[in-house]
Amino acid sequence: MVENAIAVTPAQAAASRLKQRYAAETRFKFLGISAIVLSLSFLALLLVTILSNGLTAFVQTSIRVDITLDAETLGIDPVKPSADALSSANYGQVIKNAMYKAFPAVESRPELRQLAAMVSSGADVGLRKMLVANPSLLGTTQSVWLVADDDVDMAMKGHITRKAGAEGSRLTDAQLGWLDELEARGNVAKRFNTALFTVGDSREPEQAGLWGAVVGSFFSLSITLLVCFPLGVATAVYLEEYAPKNRWTDLIEVNINNLAAVPSVVFGLLGLAIFLNFFGFPRSAPLVGGLVLALISLPTIIIAARAAMKAVPPSIREAALGLGASKLQMVTDHVLPLSMPGILTGTILGMAHALGETAPLLMIGMVAFIVDIPASPLDPAAVLPVQVYLWADSPERAFVERTSAAIMVLLFFLATMNLAAIFLRKKFERRW
Amino acid sequence: MTGPMQLLTLMVVLLLLATFGYRLGRNRALAAASGNPRLLHSLPSYHGYYVALWCGLPALLVIVGWLMLEPAILHGTVMTSLPAEMQSLPEERLALVYNEVRNVARHGHVPSTAVVGEAAQRYVSLRTTMFFSVAVASLAVAVAALAFAHRRIHTNMRARNRVEATVKVFLMASSMVAILTTIGIVLSLLFESLRFFQTVSLFDFLFGTQWSPQIAMRSDQVGSSGAFGAVPLFAGTLLISGIAMAVAVPLGLLSAIYMSEYAAPKFRSVVKPLLEVLAGIPTVVYGFFAALTVAPFIRDMGAHVGLSVASESALAAGLVMGIMIIPFVSSLSDDVISAVPQSLREGAYGLGATKSETIRQVVIPAALPGIVGSVLLAASRAIGETMIVVMAAGLAANLTANPLEAVTTVTTQIVTLLVGDQEFDSPKTLAAFALGLVLFTVTLALNVVALHIVNKYREKYD
Repeated sequence: MVENAIAVTPAQAAASRLKQRYAAETRFKFLGISAIVLSLSFLALLLVTILSNGLTAFVQTSIRVDITLDAETLGIDPVKPSADALSSANYGQVIKNAMYKAFPAVESRPELRQLAAMVSSGADVGLRKMLVANPSLLGTTQSVWLVADDDVDMAMKGHITRKAGAEGSRLTDAQLGWLDELEARGNVAKRFNTALFTVGDSREPEQAGLWGAVVGSFFSLSITLLVCFPLGVATAVYLEEYAPKNRWTDLIEVNINNLAAVPSVVFGLLGLAIFLNFFGFPRSAPLVGGLVLALISLPTIIIAARAAMKAVPPSIREAALGLGASKLQMVTDHVLPLSMPGILTGTILGMAHALGETAPLLMIGMVAFIVDIPASPLDPAAVLPVQVYLWADSPERAFVERTSAAIMVLLFFLATMNLAAIFLRKKFERRW
Repeated sequence: MTGPMQLLTLMVVLLLLATFGYRLGRNRALAAASGNPRLLHSLPSYHGYYVALWCGLPALLVIVGWLMLEPAILHGTVMTSLPAEMQSLPEERLALVYNEVRNVARHGHVPSTAVVGEAAQRYVSLRTTMFFSVAVASLAVAVAALAFAHRRIHTNMRARNRVEATVKVFLMASSMVAILTTIGIVLSLLFESLRFFQTVSLFDFLFGTQWSPQIAMRSDQVGSSGAFGAVPLFAGTLLISGIAMAVAVPLGLLSAIYMSEYAAPKFRSVVKPLLEVLAGIPTVVYGFFAALTVAPFIRDMGAHVGLSVASESALAAGLVMGIMIIPFVSSLSDDVISAVPQSLREGAYGLGATKSETIRQVVIPAALPGIVGSVLLAASRAIGETMIVVMAAGLAANLTANPLEAVTTVTTQIVTLLVGDQEFDSPKTLAAFALGLVLFTVTLALNVVALHIVNKYREKYD
């Protein structure tokens, strides 16, 4: 140490230290920026993964076959087809026959079965709809696009290697050969996946849709909004305008802040113990889901509404009171209208949060497998995030794609709600 | 059949009646003042609201009272009308019978025995009779109250004061909901946990190291005795949250420092919302991402260097959870760092410190309490986070500190124990409530401490 001090002058030492200090400065700044870049690249990775996995789910492989709507095979009286007979006819057999006709060379029984399995086991539903809508097609031969089985679909989309025995592939060599043949004939195409947006859940990936979950989410959020908007605004009005400053009010405030940080799964336990076991509400119903979500988003809305009301200048209150308005008139005629954009922004953000909430809904039984579209908030239903959870649990490769698509739909709704909130804030924000 | 639709109809009728009452009251007030509102104490509309409130509220109370009493009355009447030999059944069996009666009556299930079918018919007819009598009673109350309020209207009546007093009561009651929710959470957790601790001792639960909650249907089955030692769960939760914090604290803190000290306002206005998107993405999406992408990636990486990594490793779940809570750390830290007075920074610059030296030796120490608060809040998020661990962490309760192995957490177990068919008397489901109680207590304590630290710090510079 002493030698060093003799060898270099203080000025030189300071200069070299300065260099080191500037290097440290650059390093520190670099650390900061790389933390941000890293965090954002995680976000990008997440979104890219979802997009790359899910985009293909919006199309669905279909196979075109010439189907002879033979009255005898269908089991319908050709002269006077009754509506009953039309809806309960044997469409599966007609589809099988059409597939056999497309490949007349196939004869062995196992191979015929494999051939028929290339079309979705739910393909008959579309055919039935077609014939019920137009009974005059009976006896004619129609060229129809049938939804393909999910294994065929995955192979067509390249998610599974087109080789028998490849990872995740359940297609046989024969089936792959027929698929090539169909493709060469131009009888295979990827068409828009309408099922995804029109039907409920299914065990078969190619027939599984999101509509039931969308409707379930809609019912749940409606209940949530109906309960927590009036309650939240009333609480905020009370705390901001009426409540005396005392221990009781402090207790309420501390309580609200703490509720905002309680893990959502605990609210699920509350819903299970109180709403289901104590009050005996139906399981899996959007009504209960909506109530639980309302309790979860209540603190958010109260806090946002109070902030919005605080921003209204006291002079406006004093002017109203000075002109003879009562306290309630002051609130309903002046404070609330002026703070409404802020309250609505907070409410939309609270709703967006409630839309993405999953864990508490699992507790109250919203994980059941439900095919039907719910008709009221009392029917069993799934919601979008729970549908994501259910599909993510399914082993079929095709469900990975659909889960990603469901996430995209969920994120789309969330983004729309958040953009609406930002728009509201930008458009109506007032500074006094 | 009476159902929600009939109830809704009744409500709508009441609402219409109240609207009618509003018009009656307003018109009567105007008539009393012979068309000159200035002679009235309150505006005519207040007289209208006064009548409408009188019309609606008592009737509503009748309906709510009935809704509370209905299940008990139905239960009592239906059960006492059962044949004597059925009534002597043990209590659990009776509850099952009643459950079936309700399912037959309400959801149209097929009754297993004729007795149940008859009971269900009684249930339905009793329910219908009760509903109609309540509907008539509530409407009668509404009309009577309407007439009463209507007669009381005169020019000097203080309608405004009375209506506002009622509204104030409603506002106060609304603010009670938050308190009631907390009470509800505490009571439901405590009540079910106490039942759990009647079968399993508190000591075994908190300090036992074996967790295998499988209780069989019959007590003589193999493996029917579950073990409820929650230590592996606590350890697993700590391990995963620890990994998450190890990811989120450095990344969040460094991002916050860069954004509040270095970044140009424009950069900040773009990056800050983008970072907050991370907190807005539903946790089920992170869970899917962890299970689909991150966990296999880590397993393959491990295989490359010759490590055996479980496919549901704690590392994958912790890593993804860490990404999720970055914004919780960064946003709050950003706020507290920005709140450090400029004079402190200028003092440091004046002494010749570089920017990074100022940050490290002046700004961070000054903002430390707030940063600690934000880290504690983030930790409480991590401990209470459910979907990521449900989808990406394991179910087996391993007591290990190795992040490459699968561990399970408190929240995962709560979900696993409660999803699916439940019997409300088995220790298995009650254990979930005991775990919930622990979770609630710990997160509450973390939040209280964190908020306390943050608030104390804020006062210092105000």
